[in-house]
Amino acid sequence: MRRIFPIFAVLTALLLGYAFYQAMFVAPREQTMGDVQRIFYYHVPSAWTAFLLFSLNFIASIQYLAGRNHFADRFVKWAAIILGIAGCIAAFAIRPLPYGMEPSSVATTAVAITGLYFFIRKYFPGEKADVLALVTAEVGVVFCTVVLITGPIWARPVWGIWWTWDIRLTSTLVLWLIYVSYLLLRRFSSSDQTPALAAALAIFGALDVPLVYFSIWFFRTQHPSPVIGGGGSIDSRMLHVLLLNWLAFLCLAGMLCWLRYALETLHRAVDERRAIESMPEPRSAS
Amino acid sequence: MPSSSPAVVLENLTKQFGRFTALRGVTAEFAPGRMYVIVGDNGAGKTTLLRALAGLVRPTRGRILILGTSDVRAICSQVGYMAHASLLYDELSGMENLRYFARLYDLADTSRCADTMSSVNLDSQLNRPVGQYSQGMRQRLSLARALLNNPQILLLDEPFSNVDANSATQMVGLLAGLRDQGKTMLIVTHQSSLLEGVADEFVQMQNGQIVNRSQRDANQ
Amino acid sequence: MTSIIQATLAKDLRLEWRSKDAINSMLFFALLVVVIFSFAFDPTAEESRRIAGGLIWVALLFAAVVALNQTWARELRNQALEAYRVSPAPANSLFLAKAFGNFVFVAVLELLMTPLFIVFYKLRAIGPAWQLIIVAVLGTWALVVNGTFFGAMSLRTRNREIMLPLLLFPISIPAVLAMVTATTNILTGESPAKFWIVLLAAYDLVFTTACLLLFETVLQAE
Repeated sequence: MRRIFPIFAVLTALLLGYAFYQAMFVAPREQTMGDVQRIFYYHVPSAWTAFLLFSLNFIASIQYLAGRNHFADRFVKWAAIILGIAGCIAAFAIRPLPYGMEPSSVATTAVAITGLYFFIRKYFPGEKADVLALVTAEVGVVFCTVVLITGPIWARPVWGIWWTWDIRLTSTLVLWLIYVSYLLLRRFSSSDQTPALAAALAIFGALDVPLVYFSIWFFRTQHPSPVIGGGGSIDSRMLHVLLLNWLAFLCLAGMLCWLRYALETLHRAVDERRAIESMPEPRSAS
Repeated sequence: MPSSSPAVVLENLTKQFGRFTALRGVTAEFAPGRMYVIVGDNGAGKTTLLRALAGLVRPTRGRILILGTSDVRAICSQVGYMAHASLLYDELSGMENLRYFARLYDLADTSRCADTMSSVNLDSQLNRPVGQYSQGMRQRLSLARALLNNPQILLLDEPFSNVDANSATQMVGLLAGLRDQGKTMLIVTHQSSLLEGVADEFVQMQNGQIVNRSQRDANQ
Repeated sequence: MTSIIQATLAKDLRLEWRSKDAINSMLFFALLVVVIFSFAFDPTAEESRRIAGGLIWVALLFAAVVALNQTWARELRNQALEAYRVSPAPANSLFLAKAFGNFVFVAVLELLMTPLFIVFYKLRAIGPAWQLIIVAVLGTWALVVNGTFFGAMSLRTRNREIMLPLLLFPISIPAVLAMVTATTNILTGESPAKFWIVLLAAYDLVFTTACLLLFETVLQAE
């Protein structure tokens, strides 16, 4: 870590700087919204990064719980494979998909989840999966907070309102609430099995996401409100800048997670060491 | 039932709570049909050892074998556990408590509950809620709860705490009788003098390890 | 397994009958909420149809938390829960018994509170009123199944009583949205409640399964 990390950090900083320059000065000015629209280059990449981190948290949590039991581990392995295949089939077989979903993105998500599961299963066994779940949740909450702050800043001058119960905004808010409660549980747990409890809560949270999405989706169709973003094609230069910013944000998130991961590992090693040293070697019986 | 294989085996048993180590690499064997008295200062790891044996805490490292298996949950019907707290419902009467716990062990007949109750010298007709029992009665009822499933292994944590001398002597007699029936007993206590003449072996713990074991005959 | 569920449920009801910890505080709490709400909003019959769904369920949600905390607090006295944990009885029997018990408590509360609401808010359903029973059953189960689970989880935290709502409420958002909207739709008769009933049923199914799969982990996580 000592050698690669600084290089990675410098590259990330350069990339962030370049992406900032592109977003502020190179990307074309949006015709109706004006310069305010440039916050889009921060809002959207933060959202994508947060969702990716939360997915990682979910998979790591499942892997942590399943990894403690041989039978569950095998069950989850096959479930992941079936999910990947079924997701791809369903993406192209089901018409129409709910608002905001594309067949290709659903299929990609299904394959990516399966792929990430096998990656975590191989490289983050046992306790490591729990550390990964913890750091992705923490960094994910940070990026999710950025989304929730930039959203209203963008909405206010453009639509004249700070907040609307739009499906994506609301789902993101609920997701944020769930993960804050996850971090609270980790903080206030007095159990010696905190990782298992947190993993259980993470699974509950992930199961809740589709239900949240569908409920708000249907709620909105009954109570129309301004649709934010959504639909329409995007200028290719804008798309280019957007993807560049996303890459920069991914690097930033990766860097933060890496740092936090190393810190947490160190922290646990110190605790373990203290635990051993807290008790002196017993004196030979007198 | 005398047998050559040990009833309880501990292999390098370690338990850490955050920055605190309760057990550090305990390795020991306990033979069947004997009464072991575990003594030591507060924080020596005695209670944690019993709780790990009862399957209540998960060891950080190491292994526990009870009656030859390491799946502690699988043989919990062979283990009786009496904790420092009473593990009883104060609002229910003695028999109501026992009848409920008997159901958990899939023991349907109530005569078993009444027998267990009289075996610890309690009146099964007593209708008072447990909350109004004296401490000595509560401890005996708690022991009865641990004995309900006729376990091979008995884990008793401070069975004599707050019990008057008379009840304590009564309980010692009771425990000796159970040992003579072939049950293996691990008793954690501060009042080890009560068991001086009865125990087979004294096990001394200090700082999360077993530091000394002395057989009764070797002791005298 | 059913015999253990029965025994545990009977034991819990008997304990509650003798101590009346949960039901008394829950009832009084719910009554307070109703009275305070009726001071805060003084609606006409038409308006009250629109807001009553939200008020009823929010009042019930808060009152249910009181009951949910009590069911597990009972097990902590004298650490009686450990007697269950050292026995060979399956964890899920305990879970189901507790969830059924809580369902009974909250259902009793609903039966007592509904007349109050009808009187205070001059309610009369315009839509099909029988659907309210389905919504009530599914909605109550949605609250108690996760509430029981997170009640057990919050036993393992330092601030048990406050932790339960913090864990339960975010996860319950879709269920609360579904019950509130379904109730409002039935009361006003403006749009059908079918989708919301289906959503509640799906919520119940998903989380009952998840609770049964994960409860043992939570129960044994000391």
